[in-house]
Amino acid sequence: MLIPLPWLAEFVSLDGRDGQQVAAALVSVGLEEEAVHGSGVAGPLVVGLVADVQPEPQKNGKTINWCQVDVGPGHGGVRGIVCGAHNFAAGDKVAVALPGAVLPGPFPISSRKTYGHISDGMICSARELGLGDDHSGIIVLSRLGLDPEVGVDLIPLLGLDEQTVEINVTPDRGYCFSIRGVAREFSHATGSAFRDPALVSAPPATGDGFGVELDDDAPIHGRPGCDRFVARVVRGCAAAGPSPDWMRRRLTQAGMRPIALAVDVTNYVMLELGQPLHAYDLDGVAEPIVVRRARPGERLVTLDGVDRALDPEDLLITDSPTAAPAAVGAAVGAAGAGLADSPGAAPALGGRVLGLAGVMGGASSEVGPGTRDLLIEAAHFDPITVARTSRRHKLGSEAAKRFERGVDPELAPKAVQRVIDLLIEHGGGEADAAVTDAGTHQPPPVIDFDPAYPQRLVGVAYGAARVREILEEIGCQVAAAGAGGHASGAGVGVGPAGGDGAVTGLGAVTGLGAGTGLGAGTGLGAGTGGDGIGGWLVRPPSWRGDLTRAVDLVEEVARIDGYGRIASRLAGAPSGGGLTRAQRLRRSAARALSDFGLVQVLSYPFIGEGVFDALGYGGEDPRRAAVRLANPLDAAAPLLRTAVLQTLLTTARRNAARGLTDLGLYEIGLVTEAPAAPKRAAILGVDARPANEELAALEAAVPKQPRRAAGVLIGQRLRAGVWGPGRAADWADAVESVKVMGRAVGLELVAHQAVRAPFHPGRCARLAAGEIGIGHAGELHPMVAREFGLPEGAVAFEVDLDRLIELAPERVLARAVSPQPLAKEDLAFVVDRSLAAAELAAAVRAGAGPWVEDVFVFDVFEGGQIAADKKSVAIALRLRAADHTLTPPEIAQARAGAIAEAAKLGARLRT
Amino acid sequence: MPFVSESVSPLDQAGLNRLAEAALAAIAGAASPEELGQLRRLWTGEQSAIAQANKAIKTLPGADRAQAGKNMGAVKQRLSAAFEARRQALDEAAASDKLSREAVDVTLPTDRQPIGARHPLELLQERIADVFTALGWTIAEGPELEAEWFNFDALNFGPDHPARQMQDTFFVDPPGSGLVLRTHTSPVQARVLLSRGVPCYVAVPGKVFRTDELDATHTPVFHQVEGLAVDRGLTMADLRGTLDHLADQMFGRGVTTRLRPSFFPFTEPSAEMDLACFVCRGADPGCRTCGGSGWIEWGGCGMVDPAVLIACGVDPDEYQGFAFGMGIERTLMFQSGVGDMRDMVEGDARFSLNYGVEI
Repeated sequence: MLIPLPWLAEFVSLDGRDGQQVAAALVSVGLEEEAVHGSGVAGPLVVGLVADVQPEPQKNGKTINWCQVDVGPGHGGVRGIVCGAHNFAAGDKVAVALPGAVLPGPFPISSRKTYGHISDGMICSARELGLGDDHSGIIVLSRLGLDPEVGVDLIPLLGLDEQTVEINVTPDRGYCFSIRGVAREFSHATGSAFRDPALVSAPPATGDGFGVELDDDAPIHGRPGCDRFVARVVRGCAAAGPSPDWMRRRLTQAGMRPIALAVDVTNYVMLELGQPLHAYDLDGVAEPIVVRRARPGERLVTLDGVDRALDPEDLLITDSPTAAPAAVGAAVGAAGAGLADSPGAAPALGGRVLGLAGVMGGASSEVGPGTRDLLIEAAHFDPITVARTSRRHKLGSEAAKRFERGVDPELAPKAVQRVIDLLIEHGGGEADAAVTDAGTHQPPPVIDFDPAYPQRLVGVAYGAARVREILEEIGCQVAAAGAGGHASGAGVGVGPAGGDGAVTGLGAVTGLGAGTGLGAGTGLGAGTGGDGIGGWLVRPPSWRGDLTRAVDLVEEVARIDGYGRIASRLAGAPSGGGLTRAQRLRRSAARALSDFGLVQVLSYPFIGEGVFDALGYGGEDPRRAAVRLANPLDAAAPLLRTAVLQTLLTTARRNAARGLTDLGLYEIGLVTEAPAAPKRAAILGVDARPANEELAALEAAVPKQPRRAAGVLIGQRLRAGVWGPGRAADWADAVESVKVMGRAVGLELVAHQAVRAPFHPGRCARLAAGEIGIGHAGELHPMVAREFGLPEGAVAFEVDLDRLIELAPERVLARAVSPQPLAKEDLAFVVDRSLAAAELAAAVRAGAGPWVEDVFVFDVFEGGQIAADKKSVAIALRLRAADHTLTPPEIAQARAGAIAEAAKLGARLRT
Repeated sequence: MPFVSESVSPLDQAGLNRLAEAALAAIAGAASPEELGQLRRLWTGEQSAIAQANKAIKTLPGADRAQAGKNMGAVKQRLSAAFEARRQALDEAAASDKLSREAVDVTLPTDRQPIGARHPLELLQERIADVFTALGWTIAEGPELEAEWFNFDALNFGPDHPARQMQDTFFVDPPGSGLVLRTHTSPVQARVLLSRGVPCYVAVPGKVFRTDELDATHTPVFHQVEGLAVDRGLTMADLRGTLDHLADQMFGRGVTTRLRPSFFPFTEPSAEMDLACFVCRGADPGCRTCGGSGWIEWGGCGMVDPAVLIACGVDPDEYQGFAFGMGIERTLMFQSGVGDMRDMVEGDARFSLNYGVEI
């Protein structure tokens, strides 16, 4: 919302504050500052008297004017200026931007050679000064009613020193989409007196006004789509003429384009009061207007030229021509069969669609160049109805923005009166005496309020008097409920108002003279301690539809009194146990990978389907089952990753492309498993805690999202350098990365030969703790490396971190440290080439008996004296007893056991 | 060599002295342990004048023997001490010579092992978690792909709330699945209240999603830390104190904060927590960090709306509390001067490496 300061100042004194200070005051009551705008014009911009005009035809067919302009002795007297416009003559006073001036753009003005002259400044049009769209000619000051002295600074005269504050209005404060609302808030923030622009006297309904029927047969949530419709007729007004310059300027400053009087006035009053309005060409509307829901098949061409299919939930403004247009008639006819009413009656009443209620008008009843007689509409529409229609048709309008957030239902007659006054003042004509005011609107609900509640929730000792003062300041009517007086609240004068709109006071307590007199002081003294007893009945003002509960009033008290008054006190939570074990282990695993030389990165979880093929997944691979987004940012990546490597490999390529060719990366993040049979996640109730079964079913409908750790290593693992050659990252680095993570959480992982995409079929390990696999590691399949633009030989891993941590021991148990000497035995075996070394080592361990401390493979070779289908595997066996030095026979026994066990695998001891 | 083979009487004091002086001169000139060994054999061996003179003692008359023994002892003592001193000197010289030959250029590169790093956003979340666990809070987590009910309804976003339309929220196909990518960490509020009940003090760092295109200040995937405290008697003063404490821990003591009225469906009263601009302290109207306002937005907060408590089965007449959601990216930007959002999210290893494993 753009707030031109002079407009704001009409209704509240700014006391000399500039844009920044006004914005700061508004921020303190909850209106977010977006920006403070100036005109973008910086001087010198002065009054010039055109002394001479010489037209000079040019080769390009244009005629320029070589002008002599007197800008006064203070600015160098008479200057030569080239001007392309022709709407002026010698003797006119014009706006001259002198060299050094800056116009919006920014467009700096300097002396420059053009059309064979030195043009020593610029004569400006309204558009060039940011004063509107008019670029048909330059500004002639007399036509603005101005006759200043030559050489006078024009910046203040043209309002170019005016600032506009742009604020962001939160969804609960729809009334701040108006100068009226913002002025009121500014008054709350600063204490400056507020004058309500809606205090306009408007005549009551006469009964003989323009016919309007509110006929909503399908209210949403039981709320009628339209509960008030005010209409009046103005005749003989120059509706299509221009609006006055001051109005055009304000509309421009507020971000709206001036068009013609009728449109500009309705926009102006909307900006000022917050009530959207519509001006119809009276000749284009046939009585009665009917406000109803759309019928299936109906269409409307809106003012933006789009032909729209209407939805039965759309609320329409229609009228009733005796002979409805053929197209509409056909549509209604088609639908007519489904209507319970007599189909024959349909075309007559509400047969023609004029507009989408509260959103946008149609083209047919628009004010045109010849319009003299107008029907002015101000209505009150249901926020949800308008919001749904606006979103359904992707039609955001100034009207919809306001209705969605709630418009003051008392405003309609005042706004119409203000429009009529402005139309007649600037376009002439006369208003009919007849006034239409259809519908019945509800006054805001009365809220039971405990005056101690603000202190209880906010922690500031306001005191009942201050609470009451604030509530009244924002326009609430406050009455003591008295002991046990809840139900009889109506009795003290704040009960529901009559159905005919009996709440008349706009922003005042006039309708409630009794209410103010209901001695707050005495009644409340007792109330502060109790729960409801001695509480208050509070009726919010008509413009605050957002205030429906006691807690809403608490916020009002807190923000008007000032959030700055809230103390800072550190809440004392019960003592805790710190991180959970899983949270600690997750950190340990990450830290271990970093200490192992890998760099943690993050990637977006969005993938395209092509990634599955690129990774070489088989047709039935469960990792192809991915959750799909309905509205992805990138249509080429609509799925959620089912493995971290799906996105991490792309990140690795980006790094390589940026020159990081020797690198280990890892990412820890969630993946999503699409269920085979997706269940709909229900929208449960919110009026009470859902039942456990409901919550369990909801939980079951949320796809599983395990936490994974994945990594990729490319290029050199150990760098070449002054120390000698480097070493390329290989499968073992990938496997060891996983084992390092395992060790970090206290889990010894074992590698098993495996075949799995995206890995090289002969260089892939399945890592397991006992029988339970936690992931895979190895060299990427060369095809995969190629697909992702990674160097051949790149290695990777991906493990289920959640499962790794689940398997980690709850606690580490101590193991006694033996001081006895270590016995070292080395055994070299010849085995089949296909035998996994780890299997042989396991056999040695199993066979060597109780004194085994360690078993590890320390050499493997093939060829030489070893047969082609065999290999030599050398295993170190380390033995130690807890209580004695092992004797040579004991060692020999262990060794023999190991050899015997290995022999079962076909291993033969080399001699 | 003079005097080596000269025959000297053990009673010839002057002769013995000359002999010793000559030996000492030779010893001082020894250049290596080997040469020193040869000199030792030459001057004190079987054939040496010293040894001969010593043997001659027993040929002397008894009355002279004592004097002769004394003379010889003194000479031998002098020579022995000289040999030992020279040996030590030579050893030390050799050792020092070895060390100087072993010297290296320690300015050569040493980083043959690859260097790793954590991502600073992860480190910062852990740091924040530590601040809250120190207060006695627990750290909770929740799914990123979330039920709409948790993300919206339970948090008092009605069915017609604008955020539920396809403007900010990633919805899961098909429409009506009831699933979204969580738009904030706040659904964990409802999960925690439902599963653990009250009193409750939890912080929830995590990843959230909005349909914003990536640019210098926006990213569709970002991080928040949610806080929720529900207990008897908690007020906005507790909220403010908790966030002030977090601000102190994140940005250093004395950072100025303010609460500014705002609106969120799941808090009432609602507020934004702003930090005084660290860069210009409100003095520069053209400040790029705060846009000239002197304040930078850190996150939203407020008192938990009674509607949220009711939906989670907590009695709002008995319990009340506060909640907040601060941006982790923003915190990192302010804390360590990150200029461009893209640096944090594109996965460039250099960004992480700059931080190492601490923040």
